[in-house]
Formats: sequence, structure tokens, C-alpha cells
Amino acid sequence: MSEEKYIPKSKIGQWFDSRLPLLSLMHHLRDYPTPKNLNYWWTFGAILTFCLIAQIITGLVLAMHYVAHADLAFESVEHIMRNVNYGWLIRYFHANGSSMFFLAVYIHIFRALFYGSYKSPREMIWILGMLIYILMMATAFMGYVLPWGQMSFWAATVITNLFSAIPFIGESIVTWLWGGYSVDSPMLTRFYSLHYLLPFLIFALVILHIWALHIPGNNNPVGIDIKQPSKDTVPFSPYIAVKDLYALIIFLIITAGFVFFAPNILSHPDNYIKANPLVTPTHIVPEWYLLPFYAILRAVPSKLGGVIVMFASLFILMFLPWLDTSKVRSAVFKPLSKLFFWVLVIDVVILGYIGANPPEGLYLLIGRVATIYYFLHFILVLPVLGYKEKTIPLPISISDPVLGGQPNISTTRSREDIKEKQHD
Amino acid sequence: MSSSYLILTTIIIFLLIFLYISWIFISNEIENKKETGERRDFLYTASYALGAVGLGAAVWPLVDQMNPDASVKALSTTEVDISNIDVGKSITVLWRGKPVFIRRRTQEEIIESQNTKLTELKDPQKDQDRVKKPEWLVMLGVCTHLGCVPLGGKGDYKGWFCPCHGSHYDKSGRIRKGPAPTNLPIPKYEFVDNNTIKIG
Repeated sequence: MSEEKYIPKSKIGQWFDSRLPLLSLMHHLRDYPTPKNLNYWWTFGAILTFCLIAQIITGLVLAMHYVAHADLAFESVEHIMRNVNYGWLIRYFHANGSSMFFLAVYIHIFRALFYGSYKSPREMIWILGMLIYILMMATAFMGYVLPWGQMSFWAATVITNLFSAIPFIGESIVTWLWGGYSVDSPMLTRFYSLHYLLPFLIFALVILHIWALHIPGNNNPVGIDIKQPSKDTVPFSPYIAVKDLYALIIFLIITAGFVFFAPNILSHPDNYIKANPLVTPTHIVPEWYLLPFYAILRAVPSKLGGVIVMFASLFILMFLPWLDTSKVRSAVFKPLSKLFFWVLVIDVVILGYIGANPPEGLYLLIGRVATIYYFLHFILVLPVLGYKEKTIPLPISISDPVLGGQPNISTTRSREDIKEKQHD
Repeated sequence: MSSSYLILTTIIIFLLIFLYISWIFISNEIENKKETGERRDFLYTASYALGAVGLGAAVWPLVDQMNPDASVKALSTTEVDISNIDVGKSITVLWRGKPVFIRRRTQEEIIESQNTKLTELKDPQKDQDRVKKPEWLVMLGVCTHLGCVPLGGKGDYKGWFCPCHGSHYDKSGRIRKGPAPTNLPIPKYEFVDNNTIKIG
């Protein structure tokens, strides 16, 4: 970073920092220059960090009471709910926390899409973020299996069976994943082990994600490069830290609303029935945050094809920095891109709605159209728009749009004078 | 098991000795001259190759521990009493943790299944090849799409219908419509006597 070299004031501090520069790191995190025009969509990074830590802590506590065995898992979750002190609160926070985690991550991703935060020089941040997102989905899926209810069991069956679509070796891979010939105790215990491991991998990736962010610095709503530090930046603490904290409190109020007033609204009643390998629930659906991908899976009328297309819909995002050919980052200055951004948002919401409904008739047709559009957006719309679209001229600095092209104090004063005169 | 671990340990010990010797060789060579490139190339290739073998041998137990264990494999057969099943009724039994449908078919079902043209089928198979006795249809109740349990007597062909992703099977358990690629599989089974089937 272009900050001044930090030297601790105390002798002990200097001795420590020259051997392990933790104090310098703390200083960097505190004084890290951030664009002064960051809006509330930028607070979700901090919210997500909080979500991850909260999930790890509540999960750690739940692991002290949970039993990973097909005969005991369901009962042990009920034991947590009924007998363990505050067990209900911890479990409901963990379960609803995952939904809130995904809500925040979707806002975070769509914010990056809108403001072009994935574009050069921030490609690594984006790719690390996508890896985190994929690991999050794997972790959430495995966590959903642990209570061993009907939905847990059949979600596990359907998702592990995706691998059976691989030609020749698919069946052996599924047997290997299961540790048997069906979803049963051996798979439950390994899912438990991995569900415990993956959050720590995510945590490591989050550190890399933030590290990669601190090299070029934050993007901003205007999307232009700014000097760091300069008049266009403010130190992270207290300015952005307080803003993040405020947003986090609002976010926690909403989370608390779910936990205390509607703790089961996002899950399925079927998961309060113990897993039964003989009966598939009449309508099985994944958790809401996986629905768009589930819709894509079912839109393709071939088993292997569906699996390939579903994974492609995820991995295409990795190539986004190179698919978007536009030289301008922020959609604020790209009227057509802005329009297509909202079309994509609506498309993903439609896919989610289709994913929650049975794959028949009109639902299937809409699902197919929405799937085709999803891919067209990335492989056709974005590359072509980048070349063809006429963009609005970019301001010289981030103060420019606020102060009307002349970012000096005398202009702002004269404007205020005019306003005052009008009031008179 | 002990023999494979003996081999593994031997490989690792040899690997370490080999890497150590090659490292001494290479560091001597670098100090002396840079001419004997060929011999060094050989040492590099040989140590990487042996290293890969050693790594593979060390990782395999960690991978293979996830495959079905001895206790899972031990539960491989199930005997079922079928004397109580009436014509036109079916039962579901559990074999290797999976449901198996045993259906005593009516005469009409048998004739209809046998008269189906193979050209109409997605995964062509004669009804005669799917049963040992035409009256008894024994098959895995696991949808070949993503493993849900299909519902009996439902769907466009009044055979089985998978509620998960909408696969329709006919009265012989053959796939007719939907995303599933193949017919409901027939497990290995035999009639022990007229009233008992052994699955597995």
C-alpha cells in the first residue's frame, strides 16, 4: 500500500513489530484508505465476515451435543432443541444464519456485478470469491444433511447421485461417496467431518480474498481508479467501520426476526420426519439459496447434460472478468448494461421460483427459457455490449458527480448561497 | 492388510534414501561443474517418478477408507416371503439400504408389457428379459435419474412415477418419459422355493 511506513511508538512495540509485524498489520487494517463514496451495498463484506464467524461459533457449540450416526442424529437434534440449555436458540441461529449468510452473499455478488468490481485489476478477488461461494454451497448442503430428516436424506440422495451421471466411473464414485450401496450412516459421518472442515477452508480463502482486495483497494460506485490515499479516500476506521457496524446491526435485527418469530419459515416441515429410505417426500426441493441451480439441473432433459449445464452455470462465473469486454466498470455509466443487469437479476429470481415448483408443463418451459437466457447473458450479451454500448462520460474524480464538475470549495459555497436566496 | 502396509513402508523408506542420495549427487555436481547434465536429468526424472509412486501409495489408504467397509458388504442378501402377496399387489423391501419392489402382476399387465413395441422405448428391453417368472416383477425401487423412490400406479403409463424430477415408468418398470436414462434396474435374485425370493 501507499501508506506511510508505520513504526510503533513503544520500545516493546518496535521490538515485537520488527520480529512479527502484527502491529503493522493492525495499523494497515485501521488506516486502510477506502473511497469516500462507498454506499451501503459495500457493507456486505463485513456482514459476511461476521456471518462466517457466527456460523463457526454456533456450529462448534452444536457439535458438542450432536451425534453423527444414522440411528441417533435425528434424536440428538431434538435433544438439542428440547434439553440443551439454549440449544433451540443456538440451532435456530445456525440454521437461519446459513440463510442470512447466503442472502448477504447474493447481495455481495450482485453488487460486484453491477459496479464491475470483478474487472481488472480485481480478477483475483472475484475468483477467490467464487471459490468461497462454491465451498459455501458444499458446506451448506452437508450441514443440511446432518439433522437426518426426510429432506436431509433425500437431498443427500439426489445430490450424491449427480455424480452417477459421469460415464463409466460414475457408479463407483457414488459408492465411494456413500461408503455403501445407499445413503446411510457411513456417509453421514463423513459429511459431518467435512462440514466441520470446510468453514475453516472458507476462512482461509476469506483471508486471501481480503488480502487480494487490499492490493488494488476497493472499487467504488463510480468505478473509476482513485489515488490511495488521497482526498477521495477516508481511513477504514472509524468511517467505514462504523458504517459497516450500523449495517450489521440492521442485518442482525432481521436475522433475529427470523430466529425468534419464524425460525422454520425457510425450512421444510418434512425435515421434522426422521429419514426413511423407503419413502421419498412427494415434493423435494433444496434450500431456497440453491433453487436457481436446481431449476437449471431440471431444465435439461438428459441426466448427464443437466449435471454438466448446472456445473457450467457456476463455473462460467469464474470467467466473467474476461467475458465482460467493457472498459467502464460501473453500470451507472452504462445504460444498456444496467438494463441487462436487472434482466439477469429477474432471470435468477425466476429460476429460483421454477426450482421450487414441479418440473411440468409451463414451469418446465419457463425454466428452459430462463436457463438459456442465463447463459446468453454471459456468453453473448456481456461481450457484445462491451464493444457496442455507448457509455456516459466518466467523471474525473469521485467528488466530481457530487460537486457538479468543479470540485472546489468556492463552487459549493456559491450553490448554497443560491439555495438560501431561494428560501428567502 | 499388513502386507500392503509393509510394502508401503518399504517404498517410503526407499524413497527417502533415494531422494537423499540424489540430493547429495546433485549438490556435488552443482559445486563441481555444470557439464554432466544428462546424469542430473536422469536423477531428477527418477526421483520425481519414484516420488509420485510413493505419494500415490501413501494416499491410497486415505482414499480407499471411504469405500464400503466389511460390515456394509456383509449385509448383501435378503430373503423375502412372498406367499402373502395377492395378484395386483406389490410390497417394498429393503435390500442394501435400498427399496426393492416386488409386484405380483395381473394377466393384463403381463400381456400389455409383453406387447409393448421396443421402438417405443428409450432404453429398449423385452419384458421377458426383466422377469424370471412373468407373474413376479422384482426390481430396485430407485429412480435411475437421481435416486428417489418412484410412486406405484402413477404417471402417464400407470406404472411408476418419480416425484422428484418427473420420470414416468411403464408397468414393466421401463423408462418412457422424463430425465431418467435407463429402466429401473433388476437386482440379482432367485426363487429359493415357490414362496421365497432371495435378493442379492
